[in-house]
Amino acid sequence: MKDLLTALQAVVAGIAITALIYWLLNLLIHRLPERIKKKVEPYVFIGPVLLLIGIFIVIPTIQSIRLSFMEEEIDGSTTRVGFQNFKDLFAEDYFPNMVVNNLMWIAIVPFMTVAIGLAIAQFANNVGSKSEKIFKSIFFMPMTISFVSAAVIWRYIYAYAPEGQDQVGLLNTLWMKLGGSPQAWFQIEAFRFNNLLLMVILIWLSAGYSMVLLSAAIKSVPEDTLEAGRVDGASTGQIFFKIVLPQIWPTVVAVFITVLIGAMKVFDIVLAMTGGNYNTTVLAQTFYLEYFIYGNTGKAMAAVVILIAAIVPVMFYQVRHYRKFEAAR
Amino acid sequence: MSHSNTTRKSRGSFVVLVFLSALWLLPTVGLFITSLRSKGEAQTSGWWDVLLNPFSQNWDLSSYTTVLTENKLATSFISSLAVTVPATILPLLFAAYAAFGFTFLTFRGREFFFSVIIGLLVVPLQGALVPVLKMFISFTDKTSIEISGQYAAAWFVHSAFAMPLAIYILRNYMMTIPNTLIEAARMDGASNFTIFWRLVLPISVPALASFAIFQFLWVWNDYLIAFVFVGNERPVLTYTLLAMLGQYGEGWQAVAAGSFISLSVPLLVFFTLQRYFIRGLTAGAVK
Repeated sequence: MKDLLTALQAVVAGIAITALIYWLLNLLIHRLPERIKKKVEPYVFIGPVLLLIGIFIVIPTIQSIRLSFMEEEIDGSTTRVGFQNFKDLFAEDYFPNMVVNNLMWIAIVPFMTVAIGLAIAQFANNVGSKSEKIFKSIFFMPMTISFVSAAVIWRYIYAYAPEGQDQVGLLNTLWMKLGGSPQAWFQIEAFRFNNLLLMVILIWLSAGYSMVLLSAAIKSVPEDTLEAGRVDGASTGQIFFKIVLPQIWPTVVAVFITVLIGAMKVFDIVLAMTGGNYNTTVLAQTFYLEYFIYGNTGKAMAAVVILIAAIVPVMFYQVRHYRKFEAAR
Repeated sequence: MSHSNTTRKSRGSFVVLVFLSALWLLPTVGLFITSLRSKGEAQTSGWWDVLLNPFSQNWDLSSYTTVLTENKLATSFISSLAVTVPATILPLLFAAYAAFGFTFLTFRGREFFFSVIIGLLVVPLQGALVPVLKMFISFTDKTSIEISGQYAAAWFVHSAFAMPLAIYILRNYMMTIPNTLIEAARMDGASNFTIFWRLVLPISVPALASFAIFQFLWVWNDYLIAFVFVGNERPVLTYTLLAMLGQYGEGWQAVAAGSFISLSVPLLVFFTLQRYFIRGLTAGAVK
């Protein structure tokens, strides 16, 4: 309870302090001559945020890149080691597997999430608006669940007990009903099947997000373009692929990219389900493991830098896309 | 298209949706049922047994009382709130201020700074973690003010990482406010400061609400920042839950109950504020 009170005090104090800062800054600039005031005032509005972002995001990220070329001693001193950390990371047994896993995550999860979201949105568009709302809530609900809770939920599906013991996992029970023997699903490395099982969880979590955005896009497709297709005798499939899909394509791309970034950064799910064992490790999990468990700052930073490097192209695309969008508005 | 054809299509879609939504609900329903079973039953049979013969089941709430007291989940619940509430509310004012600047004021570097913010939308948290942690530690060394391990550390980091999305959502919303309204206020001699507080901030309440819901869920569900900056002194729910997951001894029903307690808040937020949540999502189709 005391903690909660502290939190509330912080909220009140925080708001009061920020309001006061802005008020004081405002008072100060009003004493300046008009010409200078006009130039300075905008920075009063955006300055505090730039400071916050600079201190907590931009500078630390640059420092991380610098640290990836350093070796850290126990006393905290650092020496330049060139690409040694990267070489060490590449030499790890898990490294090739990790790269393949990450590539699989980004190849499979965004595509499946968009496809399932599209299908649900399209089906939901055909039923009455009342049932549509209920269905959408159901698909959307997992969006609000934490990765850790999702992992707990899916543990009950993938649970395994040796043959002859009581099975409490849904998948094994179904599998046995079909005549199979109980499987330790997470240990099946053939075709990276265990990785696929983990991906199912992220797809389950994010399909609702994809569905909501794509559904809004589908609804904004002008009715007369659909009518024109029908008059020309196009089938339902043709109408969807030739008329609807091209018109909602920008949304499809936006959703794809958002899920892609999520898949690149995936971490909590792997941590909670397998801890990266059985060849399921990914970049962000490697960073966690190397830094917080093994204390290898260099290798951890090298992993982070690879993650950043992988995201940079998406970042540039994002900015360019925004510029284009801005120019059009 | 004929009428019967339309109903057939609608009925077909309905059947597919019922099947898919059952599939989507199944995992969560299973968790909920498991949390209400006794330890013995949860260890020996699957939860779907309950659905097959619901009357032979002994419903048992003891898992909830057990995890709340023995696993200190009640304490974690409060820690989660103490991290989440300030980390949701504090960024709002900062972001609204900046969004106002980016929308209604012209200045040199506006495009550049905004592009940077758009770019930062996708920057991974992991990239900043270690240097920020080191920064907190050296700050403590110099001033002997503890930051790391305190809630405040998480508030700072969450607030900073919330900025790009918050500014993006708020600016998109503020762009829809007619410029004539702002001009009229200026004509009346209102300063930008007054226009912000009296005019733009009240109009932007829906966008602020959307973002607040977003941020609340994001912080509540976060594991990494809470793990790194608050840690085991004041474990939040995700932290405690992950620790429980590692200890099978307590049984399936205990983890399920714990998980459901941590789910209850997001679900409540979701079902009461769904409309705002979805609006926020549509407004900021990134991150």
